[in-house]
Amino acid sequence: MTRQIAEPVFENEVVTRSLVRFLEIPGLAGEFALITLDNGQDHTRPSTFGPGGLRSLSAALDAIEARSPRIAAVGVTGKPFIFAVGADISGIGLVTDRAQALALGRQGHQVYRRITDLAVPTFAFINGAVMGGGLELALHCDYRTLSSAAAAIAFPECFLGLVPGWGGTQLLPNLIGGDQAVKVIVENALNQNRMLAPRQAAELGIVDELLDSADFLAESLRWAAKVINGSTPVVRPSVDRGDAWDDAVARGRAFADAKVNGAAPAAYRALDLIELAKSASFDQGVTAEDEALADLIMSDELRSSLYAFDLVNKRAKRPAGAPEASLARKVAKVGVVGAGLMAGQLALLVARRLEVPVVLTDLDQERLDQGVGYVHREVDQLLAKGRLSQDKANRLKSLVSGSLTKDAFADADFVIEAVFEEIKIKKSVFAELEQYLAPTAVLATNTSSLSISEMAADLQHPERVVGFHFFNPVAVMPLLEVVRGEQTDDATLATAFAVAKQLKKTAIGVKDSPSFIVNRLLGRFMGEVSRIVDDGTPIEVADASFAGVAPMPPFVLLSLVGPAIALHNSQTLHAAFGSRFYVSENLRRIVEAKKPGIYSWDGGKQHVDPDVQAFFEHGAAPALTNEQVRYQVLSALAEEARLMLDEGVVLQAQDIDLAMITGAGFSFFNGGITPLLDRTGVAEKVTGRRFLERGVASVAAG
Amino acid sequence: MTSRQLKEVVFVDGARTPFGKAGKGIYAETRADDLIVAVIRELIRRHPELPPERIDEVAIAASTQIGDQGLTIGRVAGLLSGLPKSVPGYAIDRMCAGGMTAVTSISGSIAFGAYDVAIAGGVEHMGRHPMGEAADPNPRFLSDKIVDMSALSMGMTAENLHDRYPGITKQRADLYALRSQEKVAKAYAEGKIQPDLVPVATRSAEHGWGLATRDEPPRPGTTLQDLAALKTPFRPHGRITAGNAAGLNDGATACILASAEAAGELGLPVKMKLVGYGFAGVDPEVMGVGPIPSTEKALKATGLSIEDVGLFELNEAFAVQVLAFLEHYGIADDDARVNAYGGAIALGHPLASSGVRLMTQLARQFGEHPEVRYGLTAMCVGFGQGGTVIWENPNFDRSTAVNAVNEVNAVRGGNK
Repeated sequence: MTRQIAEPVFENEVVTRSLVRFLEIPGLAGEFALITLDNGQDHTRPSTFGPGGLRSLSAALDAIEARSPRIAAVGVTGKPFIFAVGADISGIGLVTDRAQALALGRQGHQVYRRITDLAVPTFAFINGAVMGGGLELALHCDYRTLSSAAAAIAFPECFLGLVPGWGGTQLLPNLIGGDQAVKVIVENALNQNRMLAPRQAAELGIVDELLDSADFLAESLRWAAKVINGSTPVVRPSVDRGDAWDDAVARGRAFADAKVNGAAPAAYRALDLIELAKSASFDQGVTAEDEALADLIMSDELRSSLYAFDLVNKRAKRPAGAPEASLARKVAKVGVVGAGLMAGQLALLVARRLEVPVVLTDLDQERLDQGVGYVHREVDQLLAKGRLSQDKANRLKSLVSGSLTKDAFADADFVIEAVFEEIKIKKSVFAELEQYLAPTAVLATNTSSLSISEMAADLQHPERVVGFHFFNPVAVMPLLEVVRGEQTDDATLATAFAVAKQLKKTAIGVKDSPSFIVNRLLGRFMGEVSRIVDDGTPIEVADASFAGVAPMPPFVLLSLVGPAIALHNSQTLHAAFGSRFYVSENLRRIVEAKKPGIYSWDGGKQHVDPDVQAFFEHGAAPALTNEQVRYQVLSALAEEARLMLDEGVVLQAQDIDLAMITGAGFSFFNGGITPLLDRTGVAEKVTGRRFLERGVASVAAG
Repeated sequence: MTSRQLKEVVFVDGARTPFGKAGKGIYAETRADDLIVAVIRELIRRHPELPPERIDEVAIAASTQIGDQGLTIGRVAGLLSGLPKSVPGYAIDRMCAGGMTAVTSISGSIAFGAYDVAIAGGVEHMGRHPMGEAADPNPRFLSDKIVDMSALSMGMTAENLHDRYPGITKQRADLYALRSQEKVAKAYAEGKIQPDLVPVATRSAEHGWGLATRDEPPRPGTTLQDLAALKTPFRPHGRITAGNAAGLNDGATACILASAEAAGELGLPVKMKLVGYGFAGVDPEVMGVGPIPSTEKALKATGLSIEDVGLFELNEAFAVQVLAFLEHYGIADDDARVNAYGGAIALGHPLASSGVRLMTQLARQFGEHPEVRYGLTAMCVGFGQGGTVIWENPNFDRSTAVNAVNEVNAVRGGNK
């Protein structure tokens, strides 16, 4: 018995309507049918295609086909600033069986195919942002123009955990060649969803004509008339169907391995499809795309990825638990205590984003000069790269100054300390600062593990102290943990969140607790791995156990963090929580030996440093397998994450995941960490319950 | 200081958007600044021999200089058109004669030697900016009897003009209006209007994008009966109707002006040569009479007489106002030299943009009439003014002119 699959329906779909007008164009005999894609919202809500949108497009094509006398040509364009940004992914969460998933892919193919099948020339006038299914619609047209001001041009599918499965994997390589298609569909997507600039898209041959935005549509129509009447021939370079195509697919697989190590299927499926496109008919390609889309839509990796996407795009913008934004005080001058590397990075970031005066203080003129000098050098580099104008560079340099005395902070509204990680030093710095600061000035500490409440305890105004924990490198890592001490008041916290937003950081509110979110979980992670290795499992085995879980092997991460900092973090956590957090004797030896890490590099190859090997002591326990290592470590993480939620360190598992994504580089396809712990069954086994309901970051039960 | 020499000013080329009906017309969701930008870009596109950085000025007129017609519309238009940032711009206003005044101001600066090449034009989106929007007339206008109440209503001033010229009846006005519609229809059929139009993409959230390629206001097929049946909103049993007056419209126009030397240096075509111009003030309550004294001034300044003028482009704010001009100069209502392609009654009158439309149409007629040496563009201006610009035809050929005069004389029986 075959089950009838109804046409897909997404509840609450913001339907992109296809509005048709039949135009008279100078120089063209017959009418030009112009379709405008418009979801009725402004540019902040770009047009997308859900089932309703596809039905509207299909109805528009009905009207065009019914027009008599027959129209001369068809064009598609978008509402102001937006062409179309792809399939409506908001409804994917509702899909609970594979037949529905298959129907979604097929519906797109069927409607788009109608454009290809039209007997008249077809044009896409890409007036603005074009991604995914929007770009595929354009690729189904015979010719394309592109606005030189179009903001975003990309196939983000592999970034999200899908493939461009409405014809993209077949049409793009056959238009621009396998080599460039791999770059656009796979490599750009996996490189943090890199977009193409309009000029690049034109150079790649994705569009035929680049036109200014000022009169883009009128000129596109003029160009179309000339193409139709033959006065403007459209010439495209022939596609290299030789080894370059296969080489590119192979290169793409290596690239995917480097990025996801086989743990997320999308990129590999896309590469299979691009490989297929070299020789298969379009019909064969379409069938393969349908299957790939259905498989991926039904994968937990995709659902976790969409969950993660939502976290970084929505939750990151409205931090959970932040006080009313209107309570924030104005910040017109910022102080940074210390002039070391971290302080310099902070000063640069604040100057660039807040564009207010920043004063660095240090006890030593030489260090102070170095700190200010660092900022000036960085500004000069940005200037040399053309990222800043001379005027802007002058402005930024003039904003950052140094002072040996803290009276320079007298009119500062926000002071960040980045001095040595020692509670006594921090307390004395704050006490000294209070002599000069206005009572409402915020005292922020960049501590990575110390207690905010304790730091504030002896001050006249403890309510003004807040944790403001950045991640290294400050300019790159999005996460900023905003820590509320016992006495921190709402105005202080609101000001900290407001500054974080101006710094364009992802702020997450955290309760004052040892090492906050990321360092606590990474501390547990590293501690557990170290325990396993110290007990007797080879370093290489342990390190090879986290492909597709952590962004890099744990002992590579150790080198990046620095053994001394990792040791300090583990000791702090051990002191706070006891034996759950393991302090490795071997790590202590590495720090004592002043080794930069466990590995050394020889001729580009990484191997365990022989010196480290010499003093490293393994226990007598039998070596674990990769699976056993991974299971034991994930179990520890599940236990810790559950404890953090129970202790109220953060409000929800979502905050843990957002932190691990933006502060530790954990993957979208694992949803950060808790969806992975749920998916692998570890969460239920260790804690007796899932972190997230089924359907939140996984396929819901049908 | 070296001795100063005046420069000859030439009209290189002009273009315009199709005109739309204000309110629910084709440009209801299109910005005014986008209209003028479309025209400037078209002029640049049509003249690749003109390096954009050689443009010395952009003067754009608008009667209501707020919103999308504000912020110094000439400067805004230059930047949005993609002209080099080094090209300056300014805004100008003389209500209906704004575009015309942009041309004369720029021409004065070119003649003086300040500029080589410049753009002049006008824009009016009367749908977005009704005439007099946000105006705040001083109460002294009335208390001190500076103007009559009716001066603020253009329709009432036109009724007043009928009073002044009792021989100009509603029937004459309607007949004139009918001919304007017919001449526009004929000019469209002969392809004489279209070459000066810039296609403009028109936004509609409800219907999707469209493309404006023709003027929206013309009503081909209008009959005298149709016109006679229209209401006279400004007076009971009056004479002014929507049929014998220009409507409320949206549109933009612009032209390239240059010194004769710069045109020669750059290889710019010369469609017209500027002879002279004049502006004059009249009683605001009969503003339609304005073109008569302004033409007198222009003729006096140029040493020409009305008989020297072979083609007229008169703005048709109201039929009565054109008829008053013709009556004053003893020209027949249906003289073929007047508004050969029809006028604003059919095409529309987006206030500050109309002056340049007159010039662009005159330039095209100069090309068709090498026997004509001089042409005249004139218009009335709200609140009591008139403006006149006299142009010389660079295609003028004395031998064809002699033949033409002979033909005319033969037709007229050698009376003149």
